[in-house]
Amino acid sequence: MLELRNICKIYNPGTVQEICLFENFNLSVPEGQFVSVVGSNGSGKTSMLNIICGSIAPDSGSIILADKDIVRESEHRRARRMGRVYQNPAMGTCASMTILENMALADNKGKRYDLRPGTDRRRVEAYKELLRPLGLGLENMMNSKVGSLSGGQRQALSLIMSSMTPIEFLILDEHTAALDPKTAEIIMQLTDRIVREKKLTALMVTHNLRYALEYGDRLLMMHQGGIVLDKAGEEKQAVQMDDILKIFNEISIECGN
Amino acid sequence: MVDFVNALPSTLEQGLIYALLAMGVLITYTILDFPDLSVDGTFPLGGVISTMVIAAGHSPLLALLAAIAGGAAAGLCTGLIHVKLKVRDLFSGIIVSTALYSINLKISGGKSLATIGRKDVTLFQNNPVAGFFSGLVGDFSTLIIIFLVVLVVKILLDLFLKTRAGYLLRAVGDNERVVTALACDKGRVKIIGLMIANAFAALSGAVLCQHQRMFEVSMGTGAMVLALASVIIGMNLFRRVSFVKGTTAAIVGAVVYRMCVSLAIACGMGASDLKLITAVLFLIILAAGLLRKGGKKHA
Repeated sequence: MLELRNICKIYNPGTVQEICLFENFNLSVPEGQFVSVVGSNGSGKTSMLNIICGSIAPDSGSIILADKDIVRESEHRRARRMGRVYQNPAMGTCASMTILENMALADNKGKRYDLRPGTDRRRVEAYKELLRPLGLGLENMMNSKVGSLSGGQRQALSLIMSSMTPIEFLILDEHTAALDPKTAEIIMQLTDRIVREKKLTALMVTHNLRYALEYGDRLLMMHQGGIVLDKAGEEKQAVQMDDILKIFNEISIECGN
Repeated sequence: MVDFVNALPSTLEQGLIYALLAMGVLITYTILDFPDLSVDGTFPLGGVISTMVIAAGHSPLLALLAAIAGGAAAGLCTGLIHVKLKVRDLFSGIIVSTALYSINLKISGGKSLATIGRKDVTLFQNNPVAGFFSGLVGDFSTLIIIFLVVLVVKILLDLFLKTRAGYLLRAVGDNERVVTALACDKGRVKIIGLMIANAFAALSGAVLCQHQRMFEVSMGTGAMVLALASVIIGMNLFRRVSFVKGTTAAIVGAVVYRMCVSLAIACGMGASDLKLITAVLFLIILAAGLLRKGGKKHA
C-alpha cells in the first residue's frame, strides 16, 4: 500500500506567481493496482509522480510505504523499489553508451557498482531474450549506441531497463506521448504485460483517454490539485469515453475556456 | 625547421607528459560533462609534492603516489563544494585552484621555485631502470620511460571505464537521471570522477617536474586550456574513426598540440610567449568550430 497523506505543495511561495497546487492531497494505492491518471495540463499529475519519486519535496504531508514514512528519503534511495519511464524517450537511457552497456547498467541495479567487468557476457543472451518479443530488432544491434535509435526504440529500451531488476512500483509519466500511434500501441501492450507479469503497482499518467480506459484497474481524473473522478474495478470498466469527455468539458467551462 | 626537428624528442616527451593531464580533462570534460578548472591548481600541486618528496630523498615512485593522492584530495574538495554546497561547477573549480596556489607555495616552503638536484633520484635519472634504458638507447631513455608511464596509465583508465564503476561514471555525464534511477547517488559518482581526473592532473605535473627537475608555482596557469585543446584536437582527428578510444585521442591530441607549440617557437616565438601561443591555438580551435562534444547530444 502506497499512501499520500495531507500533501501540500505551493510553487513560488511569496511571489506573485504563487500557485497552491496541492492542499491536503490524499491518495492511497493498494499493492498490485494499475492506476491510470488523466487530467488537463497543470492539474498536478506529474507533480504527484515527482512527489512520489522524490524528485520534488512536498511542503508538508507524508508518503507512507509499508508503514514507513518515506517523505524524507532521497530520490535515489526510493529508486531501489521504483522504476520510472518519462515522456521524453531520451531520459531513460544513456545516448553515448551501447544497448548492451545500458542493459548491463540496469541489470546491476541494487548491487554494487565496483571494479567487476561492466558487462557480464553470460547475461547477453538473457538481454536479447528481453528485447526479442518487442519485434523492434533491438536484439540484433546490441553494440549500437542508444543515441542512434528512434524514439520508440529508446522508449521500449527505457521500459525494459526500468523493470529489469525486482521493483515494486512502476511510474509512467506520459510515456507514450512522444511516440507515433503504432509504436505507442506496442509500448502500451509491453507496459501492461510487464505490470501483470511482475505484479507491479503502477501509476500511469496519460493524455490518451483510450489508453486510460483500456488499461489499468483504476481511473483517476485530476483537476487543480484534486481528484475529481476515481473509479476502480467494475465501476472503472463501466466508464465510457463520453463520461470522461463530459467532465473535461464541464471543467473547461468552469475555468472559462 | 631544423630547430623543430632537433627539438622533436623533447617535444614528444613533453607532449606525452601533458597527455596524462589531457586524459584527466577527458574524464571531466567529455565523460563527466563538468568543466573542471581545478586542474590549474592540481597540476602544479602534483608537481610541488613530487619535487619536495624527491628533494627530501625519497623514491620517485613514492613521489608520484603522493602526488596522485594530493590530486585526488583536491578533486574531492571540488566535488564536495559542488555537490554538497551546491556551488556551480565552474566556480567550484576556480575556488579550489585559487586556494591551491597558496597551498602549493606553502608546500614548497614559500619559494616560487623549487629544484631537484642532479644527484637526486628521479624517474629519469640515477635509477636502475633509467640506467638500463640509457645503456640500450642512450638519450631516448627518457622518452621510453615517459611512454611506458603513459601507456600503463592509459590501459588502466581504459580498463576502469569498462568496469561497473566506469559505466556509472560514463552514465552520470550522459544522463544523470539514469544514475538516480539505478538507485545510486549521482553526487557521489561525480565526486569520484573529479578525484580520478585531478589525480591524473597531479600525476602529470609530478612527472613534468621530475622531467624538468624543477617546480615553478605558476606552471598551472592555462593547464586546463592546454589540456582541453589537446582533447579537442585528438577527438577531431579521429572523429571519423570510431574504434579509436578517447584516451588514445587525448594522447595523440596532446602530442600534436605540443608540436604546434614547438613549431611556433621554431618560427621565432620566445619561451615567454608560451601562454600567448596556448591562447591563440585554443582560439583557433574554437573558431574553427571544432568544439563539438563527441557523440553526446544525440537526444
